[in-house]
Amino acid sequence: MKTLVWVEHDNSSVKDATLAVVTAASQIGEVHLLVAGSGCKGVADEAAKIAGVGKVHLADDAAYANALAENVAPLVAGLMASHDAFVVPATTTGKNIAPRVAALLDVMQVSDILSVEGPKTFTRPIYAGNAIATVESSDAKLVITVRGTAFAKAEATGGSGTVEAVSGPSDSGLSSFVGSEIAKSERPELTSAKIIVSGGRALKDAETFTATIFPLADKLGAAVGASRAAVDAGYVPNDYQVGQTGKIVAPQVYIAVGISGAIQHLAGMKDSKTIIAINKDEDAPIFQVADIGLVADLFVAVPELTGKL
Amino acid sequence: MKALVCVKRVIDYNVKPRVKSDGTGVDLANVKMSMNPFDEIAVEEAIRLKEKGVVTEIIALSVGPAKAQETLRTALAMGADRAVLVQVDDGVEVEPLAVAKIVKGVAEEEGVSLIITGKQAIDDDSNQVGQMVAALMGRPQGTFAGEVTVDGDHVIVKREVDGGLETVKLALPAVVTTDLRLNEPRYASLPNIMKAKSKPMAIKAAADYGVDIAPRLKTLKVSEPPVRSAGIKVADVDALVAKLKEMGIPA
Repeated sequence: MKTLVWVEHDNSSVKDATLAVVTAASQIGEVHLLVAGSGCKGVADEAAKIAGVGKVHLADDAAYANALAENVAPLVAGLMASHDAFVVPATTTGKNIAPRVAALLDVMQVSDILSVEGPKTFTRPIYAGNAIATVESSDAKLVITVRGTAFAKAEATGGSGTVEAVSGPSDSGLSSFVGSEIAKSERPELTSAKIIVSGGRALKDAETFTATIFPLADKLGAAVGASRAAVDAGYVPNDYQVGQTGKIVAPQVYIAVGISGAIQHLAGMKDSKTIIAINKDEDAPIFQVADIGLVADLFVAVPELTGKL
Repeated sequence: MKALVCVKRVIDYNVKPRVKSDGTGVDLANVKMSMNPFDEIAVEEAIRLKEKGVVTEIIALSVGPAKAQETLRTALAMGADRAVLVQVDDGVEVEPLAVAKIVKGVAEEEGVSLIITGKQAIDDDSNQVGQMVAALMGRPQGTFAGEVTVDGDHVIVKREVDGGLETVKLALPAVVTTDLRLNEPRYASLPNIMKAKSKPMAIKAAADYGVDIAPRLKTLKVSEPPVRSAGIKVADVDALVAKLKEMGIPA
Protein backbone atom coordinates (compact mmCIF):
# COMPACT_ATOMS: atom_id res chain seq x y z
CA MET A 1 0.00 0.00 0.00
CA LYS A 2 1.21 3.47 -0.89
CA THR A 3 -0.23 6.29 1.18
CA LEU A 4 -0.38 9.97 0.34
CA VAL A 5 -0.39 12.13 3.47
CA TRP A 6 -1.71 15.68 3.39
CA VAL A 7 0.87 17.95 5.00
CA GLU A 8 -0.81 20.64 7.06
CA HIS A 9 1.16 23.87 6.80
CA ASP A 10 0.93 27.63 6.45
CA ASN A 11 3.27 27.90 3.45
CA SER A 12 6.19 28.49 5.80
CA SER A 13 6.36 25.52 8.17
CA VAL A 14 4.90 22.06 8.76
CA LYS A 15 2.13 22.01 11.35
CA ASP A 16 2.30 19.52 14.18
CA ALA A 17 -0.97 17.88 13.15
CA THR A 18 0.91 16.27 10.26
CA LEU A 19 3.13 14.16 12.51
CA ALA A 20 0.41 11.99 14.05
CA VAL A 21 -0.99 11.40 10.56
CA VAL A 22 2.41 10.15 9.38
CA THR A 23 2.32 7.60 12.21
CA ALA A 24 -1.18 6.47 11.21
CA ALA A 25 -0.18 6.24 7.54
CA SER A 26 2.93 4.21 8.41
CA GLN A 27 0.61 1.58 9.89
CA ILE A 28 -1.21 1.39 6.56
CA GLY A 29 1.73 1.35 4.17
CA GLU A 30 4.56 3.37 2.62
CA VAL A 31 4.38 7.04 3.59
CA HIS A 32 4.51 9.64 0.86
CA LEU A 33 3.58 13.26 1.43
CA LEU A 34 1.84 16.01 -0.44
CA VAL A 35 2.75 19.62 0.20
CA ALA A 36 0.28 21.76 -1.74
CA GLY A 37 0.64 25.49 -1.38
CA SER A 38 2.26 28.56 -2.77
CA GLY A 39 5.94 29.38 -2.23
CA CYS A 40 6.11 26.33 0.01
CA LYS A 41 9.40 24.70 -1.09
CA GLY A 42 10.72 25.23 2.45
CA VAL A 43 7.77 23.27 3.83
CA ALA A 44 8.55 20.37 1.52
CA ASP A 45 12.21 20.37 2.57
CA GLU A 46 11.15 20.37 6.21
CA ALA A 47 8.57 17.63 5.63
CA ALA A 48 11.19 15.44 3.90
CA LYS A 49 13.03 15.27 7.24
CA ILE A 50 10.08 13.64 9.05
CA ALA A 51 11.14 10.15 10.10
CA GLY A 52 9.98 7.36 7.81
CA VAL A 53 8.93 9.52 4.89
CA GLY A 54 9.50 8.51 1.26
CA LYS A 55 8.65 10.86 -1.56
CA VAL A 56 7.40 14.39 -0.89
CA HIS A 57 5.22 15.65 -3.69
CA LEU A 58 5.46 19.41 -3.92
CA ALA A 59 2.62 21.18 -5.71
CA ASP A 60 3.58 24.84 -5.71
CA ASP A 61 0.95 27.00 -7.38
CA ALA A 62 -0.80 30.24 -6.43
CA ALA A 63 -4.09 28.33 -6.77
CA TYR A 64 -3.13 26.14 -3.80
CA ALA A 65 -2.06 28.99 -1.50
CA ASN A 66 -5.07 28.80 0.79
CA ALA A 67 -5.88 25.12 0.34
CA LEU A 68 -9.20 25.86 -1.34
CA ALA A 69 -10.88 22.46 -1.68
CA GLU A 70 -12.13 23.27 -5.18
CA ASN A 71 -8.53 23.64 -6.39
CA VAL A 72 -6.76 21.10 -4.25
CA ALA A 73 -9.15 18.13 -4.50
CA PRO A 74 -8.62 17.55 -8.27
CA LEU A 75 -4.84 17.69 -7.68
CA VAL A 76 -5.11 14.99 -5.01
CA ALA A 77 -7.53 12.91 -7.06
CA GLY A 78 -4.98 12.93 -9.88
CA LEU A 79 -2.14 11.82 -7.59
CA MET A 80 -4.33 9.04 -6.22
CA ALA A 81 -3.90 7.20 -9.54
CA SER A 82 -0.55 6.07 -8.15
CA HIS A 83 -1.44 5.86 -4.43
CA ASP A 84 -3.77 3.60 -2.48
CA ALA A 85 -4.75 5.75 0.48
CA PHE A 86 -5.15 9.49 1.04
CA VAL A 87 -4.52 10.15 4.71
CA VAL A 88 -5.43 13.52 6.18
CA PRO A 89 -5.47 15.13 9.62
CA ALA A 90 -8.98 15.68 10.99
CA THR A 91 -8.38 19.43 11.14
CA THR A 92 -10.79 21.91 9.57
CA THR A 93 -8.55 21.94 6.49
CA GLY A 94 -8.46 18.14 6.27
CA LYS A 95 -12.18 17.76 6.90
CA ASN A 96 -12.88 20.29 4.17
CA ILE A 97 -10.74 18.62 1.51
CA ALA A 98 -10.93 14.86 2.14
CA PRO A 99 -14.63 14.23 1.38
CA ARG A 100 -14.30 16.24 -1.82
CA VAL A 101 -11.45 13.96 -2.87
CA ALA A 102 -13.41 10.86 -1.79
CA ALA A 103 -16.41 11.83 -3.92
CA LEU A 104 -14.19 12.51 -6.94
CA LEU A 105 -12.77 9.00 -6.53
CA ASP A 106 -16.20 7.48 -5.77
CA VAL A 107 -14.91 6.28 -2.40
CA MET A 108 -16.66 6.25 0.96
CA GLN A 109 -14.39 8.12 3.36
CA VAL A 110 -13.51 6.75 6.80
CA SER A 111 -13.66 9.75 9.13
CA ASP A 112 -11.65 10.46 12.25
CA ILE A 113 -9.91 7.11 12.74
CA LEU A 114 -8.61 6.16 16.20
CA SER A 115 -6.63 3.08 15.21
CA VAL A 116 -5.56 0.95 12.27
CA GLU A 117 -6.80 -2.61 12.81
CA GLY A 118 -6.00 -4.13 9.43
CA PRO A 119 -5.17 -3.14 5.83
CA LYS A 120 -8.65 -1.68 5.37
CA THR A 121 -10.05 -1.88 8.89
CA PHE A 122 -10.16 1.01 11.31
CA THR A 123 -11.87 2.13 14.51
CA ARG A 124 -13.66 5.46 14.66
CA PRO A 125 -15.85 7.28 17.18
CA ILE A 126 -19.58 7.64 16.54
CA TYR A 127 -22.31 9.31 18.61
CA ALA A 128 -19.92 11.95 19.96
CA GLY A 129 -17.50 9.28 21.12
CA ASN A 130 -20.16 7.39 23.07
CA ALA A 131 -19.53 4.37 20.87
CA ILE A 132 -16.56 3.12 18.88
CA ALA A 133 -17.22 1.47 15.53
CA THR A 134 -14.82 -0.93 13.82
CA VAL A 135 -15.31 -0.53 10.08
CA GLU A 136 -13.84 -2.21 7.02
CA SER A 137 -13.73 -0.49 3.66
CA SER A 138 -14.57 -2.34 0.46
CA ASP A 139 -13.39 0.47 -1.81
CA ALA A 140 -10.32 0.05 -4.02
CA LYS A 141 -8.82 3.31 -2.71
CA LEU A 142 -8.99 4.65 0.82
CA VAL A 143 -9.68 8.19 1.98
CA ILE A 144 -9.10 8.59 5.69
CA THR A 145 -9.09 11.43 8.19
CA VAL A 146 -7.08 10.83 11.34
CA ARG A 147 -7.80 11.97 14.88
CA GLY A 148 -4.43 13.39 15.86
CA THR A 149 -4.71 12.67 19.57
CA ALA A 150 -5.10 8.95 18.93
CA PHE A 151 -1.65 8.47 17.36
CA ALA A 152 1.85 9.23 18.62
CA LYS A 153 3.66 11.95 16.72
CA ALA A 154 6.32 10.86 14.24
CA GLU A 155 9.78 12.34 14.79
CA ALA A 156 10.06 15.64 12.93
CA THR A 157 13.68 14.92 12.01
CA GLY A 158 15.81 11.98 10.99
CA GLY A 159 14.00 11.20 7.74
CA SER A 160 15.46 11.48 4.27
CA GLY A 161 12.55 11.88 1.87
CA THR A 162 13.03 13.20 -1.63
CA VAL A 163 11.15 16.22 -2.88
CA GLU A 164 9.57 15.93 -6.30
CA ALA A 165 7.59 18.68 -8.01
CA VAL A 166 4.11 17.79 -9.25
CA SER A 167 1.41 19.82 -10.87
CA GLY A 168 -2.30 19.57 -11.20
CA PRO A 169 -5.25 21.54 -12.45
CA SER A 170 -4.93 25.23 -11.66
CA ASP A 171 -7.54 27.63 -10.35
CA SER A 172 -11.05 26.21 -10.77
CA GLY A 173 -12.54 29.70 -10.77
CA LEU A 174 -15.31 28.40 -8.50
CA SER A 175 -14.10 29.93 -5.28
CA SER A 176 -11.72 32.54 -3.98
CA PHE A 177 -10.07 33.28 -0.68
CA VAL A 178 -11.15 36.63 0.74
CA GLY A 179 -9.30 36.76 4.03
CA SER A 180 -8.84 35.29 7.45
CA GLU A 181 -8.93 36.36 11.06
CA ILE A 182 -6.47 34.06 12.74
CA ALA A 183 -5.91 34.82 16.38
CA LYS A 184 -2.28 35.49 17.26
CA SER A 185 -1.32 34.16 20.63
CA GLU A 186 1.86 33.72 22.62
CA ARG A 187 0.34 30.63 24.18
CA PRO A 188 0.76 27.12 22.77
CA GLU A 189 -1.76 25.80 20.26
CA LEU A 190 -4.67 23.94 21.84
CA THR A 191 -4.25 20.74 19.89
CA SER A 192 -0.53 20.39 20.62
CA ALA A 193 -0.28 21.90 24.13
CA LYS A 194 1.06 19.78 27.01
CA ILE A 195 -1.16 21.56 29.51
CA ILE A 196 -4.58 23.10 28.90
CA VAL A 197 -6.60 25.28 31.24
CA SER A 198 -10.25 25.36 30.17
CA GLY A 199 -13.05 27.52 31.48
CA GLY A 200 -16.79 27.01 31.46
CA ARG A 201 -19.95 28.99 31.77
CA ALA A 202 -19.33 29.56 35.49
CA LEU A 203 -16.73 32.16 34.51
CA LYS A 204 -19.61 34.69 34.15
CA ASP A 205 -18.34 36.93 31.35
CA ALA A 206 -15.40 37.65 29.04
CA GLU A 207 -13.60 39.91 31.53
CA THR A 208 -13.89 37.41 34.38
CA PHE A 209 -12.80 34.56 32.10
CA THR A 210 -9.72 36.52 31.07
CA ALA A 211 -8.89 37.64 34.59
CA THR A 212 -9.31 34.16 36.09
CA ILE A 213 -8.15 31.64 33.50
CA PHE A 214 -5.38 33.46 31.63
CA PRO A 215 -3.04 34.08 34.63
CA LEU A 216 -3.18 30.39 35.59
CA ALA A 217 -2.53 29.35 31.98
CA ASP A 218 0.38 31.76 31.73
CA LYS A 219 1.88 30.47 34.97
CA LEU A 220 1.74 26.92 33.60
CA GLY A 221 2.72 27.76 30.02
CA ALA A 222 -0.63 26.27 29.09
CA ALA A 223 -3.06 26.72 26.22
CA VAL A 224 -6.51 28.09 27.01
CA GLY A 225 -9.67 26.21 26.10
CA ALA A 226 -13.36 26.63 26.82
CA SER A 227 -16.59 24.71 26.93
CA ARG A 228 -19.22 25.23 24.28
CA ALA A 229 -21.37 27.10 26.81
CA ALA A 230 -18.55 29.58 27.45
CA VAL A 231 -17.99 30.08 23.73
CA ASP A 232 -21.70 30.47 22.97
CA ALA A 233 -21.93 33.04 25.76
CA GLY A 234 -19.16 34.99 24.04
CA TYR A 235 -16.49 34.76 26.76
CA VAL A 236 -13.89 33.65 24.21
CA PRO A 237 -13.78 33.14 20.41
CA ASN A 238 -15.01 29.92 18.80
CA ASP A 239 -11.54 28.52 18.17
CA TYR A 240 -11.13 28.01 21.94
CA GLN A 241 -13.89 25.41 22.03
CA VAL A 242 -12.98 21.94 23.24
CA GLY A 243 -15.56 19.24 22.53
CA GLN A 244 -17.05 16.97 19.93
CA THR A 245 -17.95 19.90 17.72
CA GLY A 246 -14.86 21.92 18.62
CA LYS A 247 -11.31 20.72 19.08
CA ILE A 248 -10.37 17.25 20.25
CA VAL A 249 -7.45 17.48 22.67
CA ALA A 250 -5.39 15.05 24.72
CA PRO A 251 -2.77 16.98 26.68
CA GLN A 252 -0.68 15.66 29.57
CA VAL A 253 -2.77 17.74 31.96
CA TYR A 254 -6.23 19.17 31.38
CA ILE A 255 -7.53 21.56 34.02
CA ALA A 256 -11.30 22.07 33.76
CA VAL A 257 -12.42 25.15 35.66
CA GLY A 258 -16.13 25.73 36.22
CA ILE A 259 -17.00 23.14 33.57
CA SER A 260 -19.85 20.81 34.48
CA GLY A 261 -18.82 18.12 32.00
CA ALA A 262 -21.50 17.78 29.33
CA ILE A 263 -21.14 14.67 27.11
CA GLN A 264 -20.25 17.01 24.26
CA HIS A 265 -17.32 18.48 26.20
CA LEU A 266 -16.08 15.17 27.60
CA ALA A 267 -15.92 13.80 24.05
CA GLY A 268 -13.28 16.41 23.28
CA MET A 269 -10.95 15.93 26.24
CA LYS A 270 -11.46 12.57 27.90
CA ASP A 271 -8.27 11.15 26.40
CA SER A 272 -6.17 13.66 28.33
CA LYS A 273 -3.55 11.93 30.47
CA THR A 274 -4.52 13.63 33.73
CA ILE A 275 -7.76 15.54 34.20
CA ILE A 276 -8.07 18.03 37.02
CA ALA A 277 -11.47 19.55 37.79
CA ILE A 278 -12.29 22.56 39.89
CA ASN A 279 -16.02 23.04 40.39
CA LYS A 280 -18.19 24.12 43.29
CA ASP A 281 -20.87 21.53 42.48
CA GLU A 282 -19.62 18.24 43.89
CA ASP A 283 -22.15 16.34 41.77
CA ALA A 284 -20.89 17.81 38.48
CA PRO A 285 -20.32 15.01 35.90
CA ILE A 286 -16.79 16.29 35.30
CA PHE A 287 -15.76 14.69 38.61
CA GLN A 288 -16.68 11.26 37.21
CA VAL A 289 -13.79 11.48 34.77
CA ALA A 290 -11.39 13.66 36.74
CA ASP A 291 -8.24 12.15 38.22
CA ILE A 292 -8.00 14.96 40.73
CA GLY A 293 -11.03 16.93 41.80
CA LEU A 294 -11.31 20.03 43.96
CA VAL A 295 -14.77 21.06 45.11
CA ALA A 296 -14.38 24.78 45.61
CA ASP A 297 -15.50 28.21 44.50
CA LEU A 298 -13.34 28.80 41.45
CA PHE A 299 -13.14 32.54 42.07
CA VAL A 300 -11.27 31.80 45.30
CA ALA A 301 -9.46 28.61 44.34
CA VAL A 302 -8.05 29.59 40.93
CA PRO A 303 -6.32 32.83 42.03
CA GLU A 304 -5.00 30.98 45.09
CA LEU A 305 -3.69 28.17 42.86
CA THR A 306 -2.10 30.66 40.49
CA GLY A 307 -0.42 32.37 43.45
CA LYS A 308 0.90 29.18 45.01
CA LEU A 309 2.33 27.51 41.91
CA MET B 1 -33.51 31.42 -6.23
CA LYS B 2 -34.38 28.04 -4.81
CA ALA B 3 -32.65 26.59 -1.75
CA LEU B 4 -32.38 22.93 -0.84
CA VAL B 5 -31.86 22.04 2.82
CA CYS B 6 -30.88 18.52 3.83
CA VAL B 7 -32.11 17.21 7.16
CA LYS B 8 -31.45 13.93 8.95
CA ARG B 9 -33.47 12.17 11.62
CA VAL B 10 -31.09 11.25 14.42
CA ILE B 11 -31.10 10.35 18.10
CA ASP B 12 -32.04 13.42 20.15
CA TYR B 13 -28.91 15.23 21.27
CA ASN B 14 -29.99 15.05 24.92
CA VAL B 15 -30.17 11.26 24.91
CA LYS B 16 -27.11 9.31 25.95
CA PRO B 17 -26.65 6.56 23.34
CA ARG B 18 -26.35 2.99 24.61
CA VAL B 19 -24.34 0.41 22.74
CA LYS B 20 -26.26 -2.83 22.10
CA SER B 21 -24.95 -5.74 24.12
CA ASP B 22 -24.38 -7.81 20.97
CA GLY B 23 -22.04 -5.13 19.59
CA THR B 24 -24.02 -4.59 16.38
CA GLY B 25 -24.78 -0.93 16.92
CA VAL B 26 -26.47 1.62 19.12
CA ASP B 27 -29.89 0.86 20.60
CA LEU B 28 -32.43 3.17 18.94
CA ALA B 29 -35.59 1.31 20.04
CA ASN B 30 -37.92 3.62 21.97
CA VAL B 31 -35.35 6.39 21.92
CA LYS B 32 -36.38 9.98 21.29
CA MET B 33 -35.41 11.03 17.76
CA SER B 34 -35.09 14.60 16.48
CA MET B 35 -33.73 16.65 13.63
CA ASN B 36 -29.92 16.70 13.57
CA PRO B 37 -29.06 20.00 15.37
CA PHE B 38 -26.72 21.20 12.62
CA ASP B 39 -29.52 20.63 10.09
CA GLU B 40 -31.90 22.77 12.18
CA ILE B 41 -29.34 25.54 11.76
CA ALA B 42 -29.37 24.86 8.00
CA VAL B 43 -33.16 25.16 7.84
CA GLU B 44 -33.07 28.36 9.89
CA GLU B 45 -30.44 29.90 7.60
CA ALA B 46 -32.52 29.13 4.51
CA ILE B 47 -35.57 30.73 6.16
CA ARG B 48 -33.60 33.84 7.06
CA LEU B 49 -32.40 34.12 3.45
CA LYS B 50 -36.00 33.82 2.33
CA GLU B 51 -37.06 36.51 4.80
CA LYS B 52 -34.36 38.75 3.30
CA GLY B 53 -35.86 38.14 -0.14
CA VAL B 54 -32.78 36.29 -1.41
CA VAL B 55 -34.31 32.83 -1.50
CA THR B 56 -37.72 32.36 -3.10
CA GLU B 57 -38.47 28.75 -2.23
CA ILE B 58 -37.11 26.29 0.31
CA ILE B 59 -37.20 22.56 -0.36
CA ALA B 60 -36.37 20.28 2.55
CA LEU B 61 -34.87 16.89 1.71
CA SER B 62 -34.31 13.87 3.88
CA VAL B 63 -32.93 10.45 3.06
CA GLY B 64 -34.24 7.99 5.62
CA PRO B 65 -37.03 5.74 6.84
CA ALA B 66 -40.76 6.56 6.67
CA LYS B 67 -40.49 8.18 10.10
CA ALA B 68 -38.18 10.82 8.66
CA GLN B 69 -41.44 12.42 7.48
CA GLU B 70 -41.70 13.78 11.04
CA THR B 71 -38.31 15.45 10.64
CA LEU B 72 -39.43 16.96 7.33
CA ARG B 73 -42.69 18.17 8.94
CA THR B 74 -40.55 19.95 11.52
CA ALA B 75 -38.64 21.66 8.70
CA LEU B 76 -41.94 22.61 7.07
CA ALA B 77 -43.27 23.95 10.39
CA MET B 78 -40.14 26.07 10.79
CA GLY B 79 -40.75 27.59 7.36
CA ALA B 80 -39.66 25.33 4.49
CA ASP B 81 -42.14 25.36 1.59
CA ARG B 82 -42.20 21.71 0.57
CA ALA B 83 -40.43 18.48 1.26
CA VAL B 84 -38.93 15.47 -0.48
CA LEU B 85 -38.36 12.20 1.35
CA VAL B 86 -36.14 9.68 -0.36
CA GLN B 87 -37.37 6.73 1.61
CA VAL B 88 -35.41 3.64 2.58
CA ASP B 89 -36.45 0.63 4.62
CA ASP B 90 -36.36 0.87 8.40
CA GLY B 91 -32.93 0.06 9.75
CA VAL B 92 -31.15 0.78 6.48
CA GLU B 93 -28.32 3.26 6.94
CA VAL B 94 -27.40 5.21 3.85
CA GLU B 95 -23.76 6.26 3.78
CA PRO B 96 -22.73 9.87 3.10
CA LEU B 97 -21.48 9.09 -0.44
CA ALA B 98 -24.88 7.64 -1.46
CA VAL B 99 -26.73 10.47 0.31
CA ALA B 100 -24.60 12.96 -1.61
CA LYS B 101 -25.52 11.30 -4.91
CA ILE B 102 -29.21 11.53 -4.02
CA VAL B 103 -28.86 15.17 -2.99
CA LYS B 104 -27.22 15.87 -6.34
CA GLY B 105 -30.13 14.16 -8.11
CA VAL B 106 -32.74 16.21 -6.27
CA ALA B 107 -30.77 19.44 -6.61
CA GLU B 108 -30.47 19.01 -10.38
CA GLU B 109 -34.12 18.03 -10.78
CA GLU B 110 -35.22 21.07 -8.80
CA GLY B 111 -32.64 23.47 -10.25
CA VAL B 112 -31.56 24.86 -6.87
CA SER B 113 -28.89 27.54 -6.49
CA LEU B 114 -28.01 26.99 -2.86
CA ILE B 115 -27.71 23.75 -0.93
CA ILE B 116 -27.46 24.10 2.84
CA THR B 117 -26.78 21.21 5.17
CA GLY B 118 -25.40 20.61 8.64
CA LYS B 119 -21.64 20.10 8.81
CA GLN B 120 -22.14 16.68 10.36
CA ALA B 121 -24.83 14.42 11.77
CA ILE B 122 -24.52 13.66 15.46
CA ASP B 123 -25.00 9.92 14.96
CA ASP B 124 -22.28 8.82 12.54
CA ASP B 125 -20.21 12.04 12.92
CA SER B 126 -18.93 11.66 9.36
CA ASN B 127 -18.81 15.30 8.24
CA GLN B 128 -18.86 14.43 4.53
CA VAL B 129 -22.15 14.98 2.72
CA GLY B 130 -21.86 18.69 1.87
CA GLN B 131 -18.32 18.41 0.54
CA MET B 132 -19.27 15.31 -1.48
CA VAL B 133 -22.32 16.99 -3.02
CA ALA B 134 -20.14 19.93 -4.06
CA ALA B 135 -17.58 17.57 -5.62
CA LEU B 136 -20.15 15.50 -7.49
CA MET B 137 -21.83 18.62 -8.87
CA GLY B 138 -18.54 20.38 -9.64
CA ARG B 139 -19.63 23.32 -7.49
CA PRO B 140 -17.85 25.25 -4.69
CA GLN B 141 -18.29 24.54 -0.99
CA GLY B 142 -18.40 26.76 2.08
CA THR B 143 -17.99 24.38 5.00
CA PHE B 144 -18.40 25.09 8.73
CA ALA B 145 -20.18 28.36 8.03
CA GLY B 146 -20.45 30.97 10.76
CA GLU B 147 -21.90 33.66 8.48
CA VAL B 148 -23.54 33.45 5.04
CA THR B 149 -24.13 36.43 2.77
CA VAL B 150 -25.51 36.18 -0.73
CA ASP B 151 -24.07 38.86 -3.02
CA GLY B 152 -25.49 38.73 -6.54
CA ASP B 153 -24.30 35.54 -8.18
CA HIS B 154 -21.89 34.74 -5.34
CA VAL B 155 -22.19 33.68 -1.73
CA ILE B 156 -19.69 34.86 0.83
CA VAL B 157 -19.10 32.40 3.64
CA LYS B 158 -17.22 33.12 6.84
CA ARG B 159 -15.92 29.74 7.96
CA GLU B 160 -15.01 28.57 11.44
CA VAL B 161 -11.50 27.13 11.06
CA ASP B 162 -9.00 25.82 13.61
CA GLY B 163 -7.12 29.06 14.09
CA GLY B 164 -10.10 31.42 13.91
CA LEU B 165 -12.18 32.52 10.93
CA GLU B 166 -11.66 32.38 7.16
CA THR B 167 -13.76 34.02 4.48
CA VAL B 168 -14.31 32.55 1.02
CA LYS B 169 -16.33 33.78 -1.94
CA LEU B 170 -18.14 31.11 -3.93
CA ALA B 171 -19.82 31.25 -7.32
CA LEU B 172 -23.47 30.12 -7.17
CA PRO B 173 -24.77 27.43 -7.28
CA ALA B 174 -22.89 26.46 -4.14
CA VAL B 175 -23.02 24.18 -1.12
CA VAL B 176 -22.87 25.55 2.42
CA THR B 177 -22.46 23.44 5.56
CA THR B 178 -23.42 24.97 8.88
CA ASP B 179 -21.47 25.28 12.10
CA LEU B 180 -22.95 25.88 15.54
CA ARG B 181 -22.84 29.63 15.70
CA LEU B 182 -24.37 30.47 12.33
CA ASN B 183 -27.75 31.18 13.93
CA GLU B 184 -30.17 30.07 16.62
CA PRO B 185 -32.94 28.01 15.06
CA ARG B 186 -36.50 29.12 15.79
CA TYR B 187 -39.13 26.97 17.38
CA ALA B 188 -42.10 26.20 15.20
CA SER B 189 -45.26 27.93 16.44
CA LEU B 190 -48.45 25.91 16.89
CA PRO B 191 -50.24 27.56 13.92
CA ASN B 192 -47.18 26.83 11.76
CA ILE B 193 -47.12 23.21 12.91
CA MET B 194 -50.77 22.95 11.82
CA LYS B 195 -50.04 24.66 8.50
CA ALA B 196 -47.09 22.33 7.86
CA LYS B 197 -49.45 19.37 7.75
CA SER B 198 -50.88 20.56 4.47
CA LYS B 199 -47.59 21.49 2.82
CA PRO B 200 -46.61 19.13 -0.03
CA MET B 201 -44.29 16.19 0.62
CA ALA B 202 -43.08 13.95 -2.21
CA ILE B 203 -41.99 10.40 -1.40
CA LYS B 204 -39.27 9.06 -3.67
CA ALA B 205 -36.83 6.18 -3.83
CA ALA B 206 -33.07 6.18 -4.30
CA ALA B 207 -33.62 4.31 -7.57
CA ASP B 208 -35.57 7.33 -8.88
CA TYR B 209 -32.21 9.09 -8.96
CA GLY B 210 -30.30 6.04 -10.16
CA VAL B 211 -28.37 5.79 -6.91
CA ASP B 212 -27.09 2.51 -5.51
CA ILE B 213 -27.21 2.73 -1.71
CA ALA B 214 -25.30 -0.48 -1.01
CA PRO B 215 -22.80 0.33 1.74
CA ARG B 216 -19.08 0.55 1.01
CA LEU B 217 -18.10 0.31 4.65
CA LYS B 218 -18.87 -2.76 6.69
CA THR B 219 -19.37 -2.23 10.41
CA LEU B 220 -17.67 -5.18 12.05
CA LYS B 221 -18.37 -4.16 15.62
CA VAL B 222 -19.65 -1.33 17.78
CA SER B 223 -18.30 -1.15 21.30
CA GLU B 224 -18.33 1.05 24.37
CA PRO B 225 -15.47 3.52 24.60
CA PRO B 226 -12.90 2.85 27.32
CA VAL B 227 -14.36 4.08 30.58
CA ARG B 228 -12.49 6.59 32.63
CA SER B 229 -13.01 6.17 36.31
CA ALA B 230 -13.23 8.91 38.87
CA GLY B 231 -10.01 9.62 40.73
CA ILE B 232 -9.50 11.34 44.02
CA LYS B 233 -10.81 14.56 45.50
CA VAL B 234 -8.40 16.87 47.23
CA ALA B 235 -9.45 18.96 50.21
CA ASP B 236 -7.99 22.31 49.29
CA VAL B 237 -5.73 24.27 46.97
CA ASP B 238 -2.62 23.37 48.95
CA ALA B 239 -3.30 19.67 48.40
CA LEU B 240 -3.84 20.32 44.68
CA VAL B 241 -0.58 22.26 44.46
CA ALA B 242 1.19 19.33 46.16
CA LYS B 243 -0.31 16.88 43.64
CA LEU B 244 0.76 19.08 40.72
CA LYS B 245 4.28 19.37 42.12
CA GLU B 246 4.43 15.55 42.34
CA MET B 247 3.69 15.53 38.61
CA GLY B 248 6.48 18.05 38.04
CA ILE B 249 4.19 20.99 37.39
CA PRO B 250 5.07 23.74 36.94
CA ALA B 251 8.22 22.50 35.28
